[in-house]
Amino acid sequence: MRRDKQEAQAQFNRRSLLLSGLGAGAFAALGARMYGLQVLEQDAYRLLSEQNQFNFRLQPPARGRLLDRFGEPLAENRESYRLMIVRDQAGDPRAALERLSRYMPLSETRIDRILRAVARTSRFTPVTVAEDLDWETFARINLHLPDLPGITPDVGEVRTYPRPYDFAHVTGYVQAAPPEAANDDPLLLHPGFRIGRTGAELQHEDELRGSAGQLKVEVNATGRVMREIPEQSIPSVPGRDVTLTLDARAQRTAMEALGDQSGAAIGLDVITGEILVLASTPSFDPNAFVLGIGQDAFASLNNNPYRPLFNKATTGLYAPASTVKVMSSLAALEHGVVDPEETIYCGGHTRLGNRDFHCWRRQGHGRVNMHEAVKGSCDVYFYEMANRLGIERYNEMLESCGLGQFFDIGLPYPRRAEGLVPGPAWKRARRNEPWTTGDTFNVGIGQGALLSSPLQLAVMTARIATGRRVIPTLSPVSGAPPEFESMGWTAEHLSEVNRAMSGVVNEPGGSAYWPLQTRGIDLEGIQMAGKTGTSQVYSISAEERAAGLRDQEDLPWRLRNHGLFVCYAPVAAPRYAVTVVLEHGIGGTRAAVPAQAILRDLVRRDPSNTRPDMYASAARPVTEG
Amino acid sequence: MGVFTQSAPRGFRGKLFEINWAFVLLILLVGLIGVGMLYSVEGGAWNPYASRHALRLGVGLIAMVVIALFPPRFWMGIAYPAFLGALVLLIGVELIGTTAMGAQRWIDIGPIRMQPSEIMKIALVLALARYYHDLPEEKVSSLGGLIIPALMIAVPMGLIIKQPDLGTSLLLAATGVVIVFLAGLSWKVIIGSGVLGGIAGGFFFQYGLQDYQRRRIMTFLNPEEDPMGAGYHILQSKIALGSGGMTGKGYMEGTQAHLNFLPEKQTDFIFTMLGEEFGFIGGLVVLSLYALILANCIMIATSCRSVFLRLVVMGVATTFSLYVFINVGMVMGMLPVVGVPLPMISYGGTVMMTVLIGLGLILGAHVHRDTEPPKGAGLFG
Repeated sequence: MRRDKQEAQAQFNRRSLLLSGLGAGAFAALGARMYGLQVLEQDAYRLLSEQNQFNFRLQPPARGRLLDRFGEPLAENRESYRLMIVRDQAGDPRAALERLSRYMPLSETRIDRILRAVARTSRFTPVTVAEDLDWETFARINLHLPDLPGITPDVGEVRTYPRPYDFAHVTGYVQAAPPEAANDDPLLLHPGFRIGRTGAELQHEDELRGSAGQLKVEVNATGRVMREIPEQSIPSVPGRDVTLTLDARAQRTAMEALGDQSGAAIGLDVITGEILVLASTPSFDPNAFVLGIGQDAFASLNNNPYRPLFNKATTGLYAPASTVKVMSSLAALEHGVVDPEETIYCGGHTRLGNRDFHCWRRQGHGRVNMHEAVKGSCDVYFYEMANRLGIERYNEMLESCGLGQFFDIGLPYPRRAEGLVPGPAWKRARRNEPWTTGDTFNVGIGQGALLSSPLQLAVMTARIATGRRVIPTLSPVSGAPPEFESMGWTAEHLSEVNRAMSGVVNEPGGSAYWPLQTRGIDLEGIQMAGKTGTSQVYSISAEERAAGLRDQEDLPWRLRNHGLFVCYAPVAAPRYAVTVVLEHGIGGTRAAVPAQAILRDLVRRDPSNTRPDMYASAARPVTEG
Repeated sequence: MGVFTQSAPRGFRGKLFEINWAFVLLILLVGLIGVGMLYSVEGGAWNPYASRHALRLGVGLIAMVVIALFPPRFWMGIAYPAFLGALVLLIGVELIGTTAMGAQRWIDIGPIRMQPSEIMKIALVLALARYYHDLPEEKVSSLGGLIIPALMIAVPMGLIIKQPDLGTSLLLAATGVVIVFLAGLSWKVIIGSGVLGGIAGGFFFQYGLQDYQRRRIMTFLNPEEDPMGAGYHILQSKIALGSGGMTGKGYMEGTQAHLNFLPEKQTDFIFTMLGEEFGFIGGLVVLSLYALILANCIMIATSCRSVFLRLVVMGVATTFSLYVFINVGMVMGMLPVVGVPLPMISYGGTVMMTVLIGLGLILGAHVHRDTEPPKGAGLFG
């Protein structure tokens, strides 16, 4: 019995020892594993730990502003209260949005749209739920944030156009990048980030955008940011401001002068080529595009017969009509086909073969010399001039004045608006017909197939006024003004033409004398010169005339004539050229009124106050060489 | 029957003198490490974990010493009633238990909320030790001597699996098997039942487990395969440990723990946090303390004269060591994620109570190491 007991005790001790050995082995295994993890593989795990701990958040750059020549903002940024949703944190995004809809209006369709966007993006990328919230809504949602997992409030920047209608065609607008463009750059995917889609916003995208920064943040396991570490972050570089040549107040004057008519105005500094006014009416609000314009609103803009989305000033094409007569006069003098004092009889029409070519003035002008012909815009005189010059020499003058030419002023064009200076080659190619004298007559008074933009007509006016090859631009000229090359015209010929243009405005009988006279011809004590043009849209037939339709006012809007006016000031030392086109505005005399208002404002706001160097050079003789 | 000898120290002061105070100090040390880690869990706050852990530790240590003063005869006496009581409670959990974290483990009795499975761990050790104490040595490997212990292990195990709590039931089984082994089961029977058990285990894995239990075992085998799923916790735990390196990130500086990449860091993953903040050296110190405690236990066990005390000590020590091994093995990705706490360090009242009662029994075994109660002695025998 005792032996059994001792034997049992010995067996127990043996077996306990065995188990102790097992236990020691197990503990050794734990220690070895621990050594492996914490000593041998520590670098790999330290890296994983840092990847867990830190994250980089994209910091979108502040977009540069667009400024007018005096530094007034045309496009800037303002704070926008936004809400984002992150799928990873929201769990069920639909439930999250439905909870959110208790605190702010969210329609079913809007929720569906957001959910589609959420489904497209990665689970960690925030998607915009709402933007530009008012403070009260934003504050209310912030208060209820604990009930709204996955919803993140955020203060972002949104583009704003402080003079929405005035500059819509120049600034263009920004919008979210199209999905296909977003593949190259994560910045473009960033919620609320927008890029220039039209206008100067698109043209200067590279300068305006800046470059994105990276903010290093410490995050917890749910992705919530615990701490920002700015000292280890790369700051974003804000975009540069871009200054344009425009004068915001003169632009406003132009918009007001054009009023509710459909039209365009260009104001040019003829010394520097800087575009001071670039207006197109009716206009639109680019702010509406920034936050996403609705389909209906876009359709109503796009289908509007007055084409508000279309920049008429640079891409609208109209027959230049009687404004060509200044070029025709100059060409005739330069080629010696006429003496300025030579008179030509206007009986209201010219017979060519078996066809009558009418003067706009049915009763005729009588005998007119060049000065009188320009003043009264006599068609018969210029049929003769075109005939004497021939189409080649005539077209050469038009083209050297800028018609048919593309001017890259620094705006993206949906299409190059070169217009058309038709000639025999064009007619052969287009209609396979020979050029006729009748064609020369039509083109000779600025009609027929001839087409030009308001910008081209402004350049033409500037070149006639200065005798130099003025090139228009929207980029401000810094330092000394550019020395535009001389056109090579004879000084006496040029002053003959310019005197005639002055007569149009300042002498009784001038086509713009009466409408402008009543408003005061003088602009702050200086004189202007100009030329009217009435671009025929619809020819009133003999039957209609017999039926009593005499007045353009009786025609429907879209059939009325376009009204054109080109002008410059001061006559003595030209500085500003202005062109106004009123679509279906009936007559050039009507266009003279807004043109004069713009010119008056430009003279009054003469930038010589801020840039005396340029004004000094404006005082040089009108023509050289 | 042999001569009944009773040479145990007599009197209260004598017994206090016999207490192994070094052992108590070791346990206190580990418990204090727990307090420190729980203070860090809350980013340097006493509430809610550290203060309550400290309170439980204090009360528990006193209870442990008091338990050590009870004579073995008392524990033999309550062994069977305690076992039956624990069984009743386990069945009670089945009927009225509350569910915490997806498992039905808790039972509310008035203000006390407890896990009967924890009580069963002690009760089973006592009951088995008592059974073998009474059983003549030659009957240990007989059929009758096998069936009763097998049932004593299998019935509570089955009830705990149903809760479901795979970890605890396996722990219980392992403890039971160790006691049977130490009681002197012949090697023939051990090998035979090992083969049978293997086959039965295969069937059990296939048909006896809940889906999530099977998945846990599978993901344990390859946690990287499924980084955001069930293996995510193990991966994050390994990252925390590994990034701790040799000396750790510093007290309360564990980024993985404090940025919540670690789950359950106050309970099951507290060793990870310790490893992240104190590194390999810190982890090694804690493991060494546990090894010292266990070595003490084995020395006490071999010094006991009675079968009952020997088996109680080794049973409790087995449970204790399995706690440590499973918990630390789990957080290092060596074992599947089974919710087993780290004794004395993890937060949790019932576990602390069970562990300290168990350690109290070991302490008492040391005090009464020369006592040898007769077979069949009851509470009042």
